[in-house]
Amino acid sequence: MEHFLLQIFVFFVAAAIAVPVAKKIGIGSVLGYLAAGVVIGPFGLSLIGNVESVMHFTEFGVVMMLFLIGLEMKPAILWQMRNSILGLGGGQVLVTTLLIMFVSVWFLPGRQALALGLILSLSSTAIVLQLLKERGRYDTSVGRSIFSVILFHDLAVVPIMALLPLLATGGTHEIVQHSGLVDISHFSGGVRFLLTLMAITAVFLLGRFVTRPLFRAIAMTGMRELFAAASLALVVGSSLLMMVVGLPAPLGTFLAGVVLAESEYRHELESNIEPFKALLLGIFFISIGASLNFELLWEQWWVVCLLVAGIVVFKFVILYLIAVLFRLPARERGYFSIVPAQGGTFAFVLLPFAVQSGVLPPLVSELVLTAVVITMFFAPLMVTAWEKFVERRIESKEGTGHVSPQGQRVIIAGFGRLGTDLGRLLISVGIKPVILDHDPVGVEALRNFGFEVFYGDVTRLDLLEAAGAAEASMLIVTISNAEKAKELVELAQKHYPHLEIAIAVDDWRVVYEMKDLGVSLIRRETRDSALDLGMDCLKLLGMHSYEAFRLLRMFKHQDLKASDDLYGVWREKGEETFISSFRDHNDNLAALLQRAQTRNMEEVGKGWASDKIIRATGGQPDDPPEIRR
Amino acid sequence: MDVDAAEAVFRYFPAVDQLVLFKVPSRNTFKIEIDMNKILLLLAHPAFGRSVANAALYSAVEGMEGVTCRDLYDLSPDFFINVKKEQELLLAHDIIIQQYPLYWYSTPSLLKEWTDLVFEHGWAYGSDGNALQGKYFMQAITTGSEAESYTLGGHSSMPLVSYLAPQRATARLCGMRWLPPFVAAGVHYESRAVLASEGQRYRRMLEALQQCSRLEELAEKYRITDGPVPEANALDRDLLQGELNG
Repeated sequence: MEHFLLQIFVFFVAAAIAVPVAKKIGIGSVLGYLAAGVVIGPFGLSLIGNVESVMHFTEFGVVMMLFLIGLEMKPAILWQMRNSILGLGGGQVLVTTLLIMFVSVWFLPGRQALALGLILSLSSTAIVLQLLKERGRYDTSVGRSIFSVILFHDLAVVPIMALLPLLATGGTHEIVQHSGLVDISHFSGGVRFLLTLMAITAVFLLGRFVTRPLFRAIAMTGMRELFAAASLALVVGSSLLMMVVGLPAPLGTFLAGVVLAESEYRHELESNIEPFKALLLGIFFISIGASLNFELLWEQWWVVCLLVAGIVVFKFVILYLIAVLFRLPARERGYFSIVPAQGGTFAFVLLPFAVQSGVLPPLVSELVLTAVVITMFFAPLMVTAWEKFVERRIESKEGTGHVSPQGQRVIIAGFGRLGTDLGRLLISVGIKPVILDHDPVGVEALRNFGFEVFYGDVTRLDLLEAAGAAEASMLIVTISNAEKAKELVELAQKHYPHLEIAIAVDDWRVVYEMKDLGVSLIRRETRDSALDLGMDCLKLLGMHSYEAFRLLRMFKHQDLKASDDLYGVWREKGEETFISSFRDHNDNLAALLQRAQTRNMEEVGKGWASDKIIRATGGQPDDPPEIRR
Repeated sequence: MDVDAAEAVFRYFPAVDQLVLFKVPSRNTFKIEIDMNKILLLLAHPAFGRSVANAALYSAVEGMEGVTCRDLYDLSPDFFINVKKEQELLLAHDIIIQQYPLYWYSTPSLLKEWTDLVFEHGWAYGSDGNALQGKYFMQAITTGSEAESYTLGGHSSMPLVSYLAPQRATARLCGMRWLPPFVAAGVHYESRAVLASEGQRYRRMLEALQQCSRLEELAEKYRITDGPVPEANALDRDLLQGELNG
């Protein structure tokens, strides 16, 4: 136990030191973790033992990451991306496999060369996605192109795993079943296929029909830890199911994620899984760093160097050609090619698997693995260098475009009557807000109306994070509970100081409290609808439409101005003076509007006469004729 | 009976139309109605509730058959203009009249907004914008100052029609035939009785416009040339004094 805690302690301390330093230097967290791994690994300070088992355990971080990716992938989006997934991803895998095979056929037997080609054609999902998210490129068009490639890699693992044993050159066909629970390998091929199909169907049905009522029931209890447990159970369960039938676990959780992508509990799930994923993934990267075999590197440095150069250059060139072939915009091609130009995390799974299946000799596997780890080291460095030296030049040539509200992320917290209309407006303009509400019944009702509303307690930091507060440009608070609203505003201001905050409140007291907090846009919930109603009533009473409109406009303007003055009074002189000032303000407003009705409108009504104007400006007109009325 | 002859009969023997309904086959009376020029009257007055002169003009013609009256400030108090609807209305009429008080030698602001939005490129102008081709465009204006101030050397230093150059050019660009304005000048100083008689003059002119079959010929006179600008109320004289009446 003590040993275990010590290990954990070493990992966490290493991460806590290395990652902030790496971020400070500007090379990103992935490289920080990897470097930390080297330092504490067997070739560094040797503070940890049994790296491989840690790696195997923390590989689950990749599984969780794919679940989270699945959550962000609606089936419709996936379908929309089918061409780029198959075209960009498929093309890249095919061409890279063939090229690596042709080159390595000089040194290795044909089957081994093909196996190597297959394994090395894949890039690292973990590293690529982390890079894209950290650099804010995930939601850009180039980000989506890269994601298509990466997603194809994740899907390609399945057939590759099935193919590898067939490439074995004699020896033992020792197919490793990871599952210790149920062994289905003794069934015939047809039954296995059927079982596989059933497992996938089970994941689908579970996600579709069981989780929602279950989560709803949990939401009703209001106990958060239950939610976390259920979320984890879902991820672990679906990956177990996949492992039983011999499919890669990431595929199963990805599938579960996709099924749940349209559910209202998406953000809640995301915020529950995210910390576990981040933690596991971090340790996973550390263990990759720690597993770098320096001894081998020292002995065979030139082979490793050639391998590293080969992987990076081949991948870059092939991706670039694919980008040209598929007519990606010229300025995106370079970034598209550099980001996935490294060996994949799946190599850590596939290479040992290939060795066990008797496809590759251990030495080759070891060398390639070392090279892959080094390419992973280079990946963040290359991307940083690309952004610093190449892209800056391109961008300065193009200049920055006009910022349009479309495509900006807006979060609406609370989706009652006010939020509904607000959401409709934003959606019509082309802004798709992320809408959060904490009432499970209301959320379901609104989803039936076609709004994409997510369930969750809006005052929770992790939910805000999952809703994308870091990338969002605005938070609109329309929850009626003033205390909660205040809590949320303070939370957002503290953690996301870049967010513009807009808030609707129901009471002038809360207006002033929000002013104290420095909220940029405050509206009193009922004011404008009350005034609009008043205007229509005036019209019905016989006032001309435009006159009613002008009076309303004047009232609104004056009222807003006075409310600023009154805020000062309330701040400095307290409530009693405030009330008397408020009365004065109302009297002034009444006087102003009445004057406006008799004077201003009359002026307009009389029309505009040039000779009167000339008189007013000191011209020399004839005596005015008498005004007869 | 041809249309012009029917017009003449109606004009000189107003009581005859009762008889005509009985004696002339209904097809012909129907035909006369179709051939009447349809008028779209757009009123722009920001304080119409307090207006005297414009109210006198407007109330004199409101409800006339074949005249569609629209109070723009009532329909679009928030300056939101339903472009599609306005365009449909324009298409359905032959003569477009904009009635407004002259503000700063120009139109009230809503009328400018209306023009900016409704006369769309590709609809009203541009290589395939010919929706307004062949229609007639006219202004009915009230001025606070008296008519004499709109002369060279007067307070306003130029003839009134000179100030209408933007609208005149707009009409030309959209292929519309511009007609000289109806002007009720010096409305500040006129009594209600005078204004009421101006209203009757306005109504008579609209009736004449509806029935005139030679508008095209008439409009030809007022094409933009390098000659002097037409006088205000020139049309009034042309139409009502029978110069070109059918």
